[in-house]
Amino acid sequence: MAEPTVTLKVTRYRPGKDSAPTLQSYSVPYRQDWVVLDALNHIKDQIDGTLSYRWSCRMGVCGSCGMMVNGVPKLTCAAFLRDYHGQEIRVEPLVNFPIIRDLVIDMNDFMDKLKSVKSWLVRKVEKPVTEGEYRQTPAELEKFHQFTQCINCMLCYAACPVYGLEPEFLGPAAIALAYRYNMDSRDQGRDQRQELLGSHHGVWECTFVGECSEVCPKHVDPAAAIQRSKVDLAKDWFKSMLLPWGTR
Amino acid sequence: MNGTAVRPDKSKLYYPKMPRTWWLQKPAYLLFMLRELSSVFIAIFLIVFLVQIYQLTKGPEAYAAFVQKLSSPGWILFHIVALLFAVYHSVTWFESTAVVMPIKLGERELPRQLVFAVNIGAWIAVSAAILILFLALRS
Ligand code: SF4
Ligand code: FES
Repeated sequence: MAEPTVTLKVTRYRPGKDSAPTLQSYSVPYRQDWVVLDALNHIKDQIDGTLSYRWSCRMGVCGSCGMMVNGVPKLTCAAFLRDYHGQEIRVEPLVNFPIIRDLVIDMNDFMDKLKSVKSWLVRKVEKPVTEGEYRQTPAELEKFHQFTQCINCMLCYAACPVYGLEPEFLGPAAIALAYRYNMDSRDQGRDQRQELLGSHHGVWECTFVGECSEVCPKHVDPAAAIQRSKVDLAKDWFKSMLLPWGTR
Repeated sequence: MNGTAVRPDKSKLYYPKMPRTWWLQKPAYLLFMLRELSSVFIAIFLIVFLVQIYQLTKGPEAYAAFVQKLSSPGWILFHIVALLFAVYHSVTWFESTAVVMPIKLGERELPRQLVFAVNIGAWIAVSAAILILFLALRS
């Protein structure tokens, strides 16, 4: 008996050769335990070695295999073929990003934004190593723990129409990480980040579509981080109005 | 910002454009647009309401004439649509309150569904109270 197959329609874009991306069909074996990434690997190994895409861990932790699967941003290493049973599967590069080649997008914009929010512990004065680690209670960790789960997969940017329309927008993951460090009891960089979050391309551009949180494979809930940052900024503003001699 | 990352040659990149009809691509986007649109209807309703109160200051005849105008099928239809939009907007508003302001009870965050249910319950209670008061004043 012939092995069952499934058709994958995959974006091809060869810079210098193609003026716009096109879809190419490939027929691959249908296996219960295969994910979309397995099917792409099969294409690259057996059918067409010129296909380009990114992946690394194959287990949902590195965040590099994000693509659009039937129009929805997904980690392709976690998207099972069986969940698309009987359908054609359309695999496209993450939307809202420039395409470098085939399924590979340019993520420099996101990387710059991630850096701009200082997604690390900022200390006014670093304590020398000899003085030991910065300690934290479980309750303090609990405040931001969920937001530490981000794997920088950028699925949320692909789900965000605001980012699509306004590429300057800081965007869901960068703001979620800014919030994560702001909530960290060991951090002292809040003022620097708030300035950026409150700026023209910061949190106020978000109109709360909420799709970023829907597609996040790690349940980070960037939409919540953005709305809470809005509340924090509003509180800061009221404080600075009422107590101009206050914390500034 | 200057990273050490290798930057791809911009002239070779393909920049996809968002289609004008992006909000039709997903039901969630459409619902979002409807939520935004709801404010237009609510704003018109409020203007009409303010005019209605203003007519009240001009005496019973003026007010009666205005109410007469409002009872035309067009205005009734408008109010039904505005009411539906207001209900939709309010429900999504209450849905988001627990997201925006998590409520803690001791160590634990209250489940979002519970916060939503309490909000909706309070909203229905207040609406019912206003309705009862209104009916009582009319009779
Ligand atoms: S917030 Fe979620 S969807 Fe966005 S980059 Fe992080 S893990 Fe990916
Ligand atoms: S390959 Fe690492 S997340 Fe999919």
